[in-house]
Amino acid sequence: MDENAVDVKKLEKIANQIRINVVKMIAKSGTGHLGGSVSMAELLTVLYFRVMNFKPKDPDWEDRDRFVLSKGHGCPALYATFAEVGVIPKDWLATLHETESPLQMHPERGVCPGIEISTGALGQGLSAAAGMALGAKIRGKSFRVYAVVGCGECHEGQIWEAAMFASKYKLDNLTVIIDYNKFALSERIAEVMPLEPLYDKWVGFGWHVIEANGHSIIQLINAFNEAKQVTGRPTFIIAHTVKGRAVSAFEDRAKSHSVSLDRENVRAALEDLGCPETEIKTTLAQMKE
Amino acid sequence: MSDKIAPRDVLGKTFAELGESDPNLVVLDADFWPASKIAAFRDRFPNRFIEVGIAEQNMMGVAAGLNATGFNCFASGLCTFCSRRACDQVTVSVALSGLSVKIIALYPGLFVGKNGASHQALEDIAIMRAIPRMAVVQPGDARETEAVVRFAAGYDGPMYIRIGRDPWPVVMPEDYRFQLGKAVTLREGKDLAIFTYGEMIADTLDVAASLDKKNIKARVVNMSSLKPLDEQAVINAAEEIGKIVTIDNHNIIGGLGSAVAEVVCENHPVKIKRIGIRDTFGKSGTNDEMKRKFGLTTHDIENQILSFLQN
Repeated sequence: MDENAVDVKKLEKIANQIRINVVKMIAKSGTGHLGGSVSMAELLTVLYFRVMNFKPKDPDWEDRDRFVLSKGHGCPALYATFAEVGVIPKDWLATLHETESPLQMHPERGVCPGIEISTGALGQGLSAAAGMALGAKIRGKSFRVYAVVGCGECHEGQIWEAAMFASKYKLDNLTVIIDYNKFALSERIAEVMPLEPLYDKWVGFGWHVIEANGHSIIQLINAFNEAKQVTGRPTFIIAHTVKGRAVSAFEDRAKSHSVSLDRENVRAALEDLGCPETEIKTTLAQMKE
Repeated sequence: MSDKIAPRDVLGKTFAELGESDPNLVVLDADFWPASKIAAFRDRFPNRFIEVGIAEQNMMGVAAGLNATGFNCFASGLCTFCSRRACDQVTVSVALSGLSVKIIALYPGLFVGKNGASHQALEDIAIMRAIPRMAVVQPGDARETEAVVRFAAGYDGPMYIRIGRDPWPVVMPEDYRFQLGKAVTLREGKDLAIFTYGEMIADTLDVAASLDKKNIKARVVNMSSLKPLDEQAVINAAEEIGKIVTIDNHNIIGGLGSAVAEVVCENHPVKIKRIGIRDTFGKSGTNDEMKRKFGLTTHDIENQILSFLQN
């Protein structure tokens, strides 16, 4: 697809707004998973504003495409996406991580609308996504299932159990995207436990594999379009991303995984993202001492 | 007492019948169907028999996903691997998601056909009891097994069901209907109350008959519903009789004995004797060898009860 056929600027603006809201949410909460949230901004934008078939006001619609955030800790970005697309009210975002909030630190099915399965214990969401995709096959339903896994999450053995399973059952209605930001919690993936050759591994497990720049709206759209054409096997999209993307103090650093933001960090981050000064001031005023 | 039937032997027929009446019923298997005896379902409904291979963690997640898509899911495998190995998946993907996966957990406790310690689930009740929303059941015989599976097919919530491997006598009445959270008194008595479940029930009734000859009248209660527990049945025993014995095919830590002790201590403290595996690993051996090794022959149980009553 060429750039003229889609309003790239509009989608980029939405991705930027998701990042702004992630920073605001974590600023108010006092702590949160920043790096692995903002690395998914374009990915979630393309899925929810371009690719997936769903009804924001009817999140339990039977024939909806399903989305599973297997790397559950990235859910501030998912909540921000839900707010942008209308699955949840925007004013819920300010309640991130509060005890009684639907927006728990890791997403819970039945607690927040739009969450298909509780995740947070890494490695688990992909199996559930595969179960949903198999369910569609058994029922003869045409809905598709999308799941995002983290790169550190691929250290979990269950990911590879699910990889074999989806291949065996020819789940061509399942598309899995790795938010390949190259970091785990502590260090670079290559140092913690290398994943390479990642492409060859998933090909070896019987998947159709696509590589894309995970911050390119066009490349992501093309990758999802390609995935829809594949028959007889599931698709794995290696989305090359940058942890902490567009928040300069945290970009491409392990320390962005879980952060406590001070006022200086918040101002700098929101300025990086072009947030209006009035909103920056409001955000700073809401931060706890 | 009637013929001996292995609880697992009723699974195939029961699931095949349930599959006929419920087009949403699926059975997942972790490479264990010849042992779990569910071939009749597999043959009848190949598209609703999901073989996941030796991957119990993935099995629980796939079951959660299928259940979230509207399927009535039974996931089956060995007790050990459905509980110990897949504990986190059962907790997060199933229970925390508010889903209703039913786990058919085979080969409970010591009685695993000589497979030895790695295959002996002596901690699965403790693990499953501690997971919020989870119901935990071990049927008392083959008849109750069928009743429990039929109940589970219509139950909204996650459930862990221990299914015995080997034959033992049918002890439940012909018109029996399973009720979750309801204990069943199989023998009345005024001198002590014995709470047990599963494989130990038939032996316990033999012990009670032997005690009767010594003029000791034992109440024998089938606590197939390990969670929710019939607390009132326990409180009644504490109040009316005041002497309670529990018999576990499980570590005494976290098993039925622990559950009964919790209720007794909070409501009407009396002395309790917990009979079971005393915080040790199992061994390879026949069921009789296991009973001898771990002090669970009818002779051992009777002696422990007599000693308890004397002190």
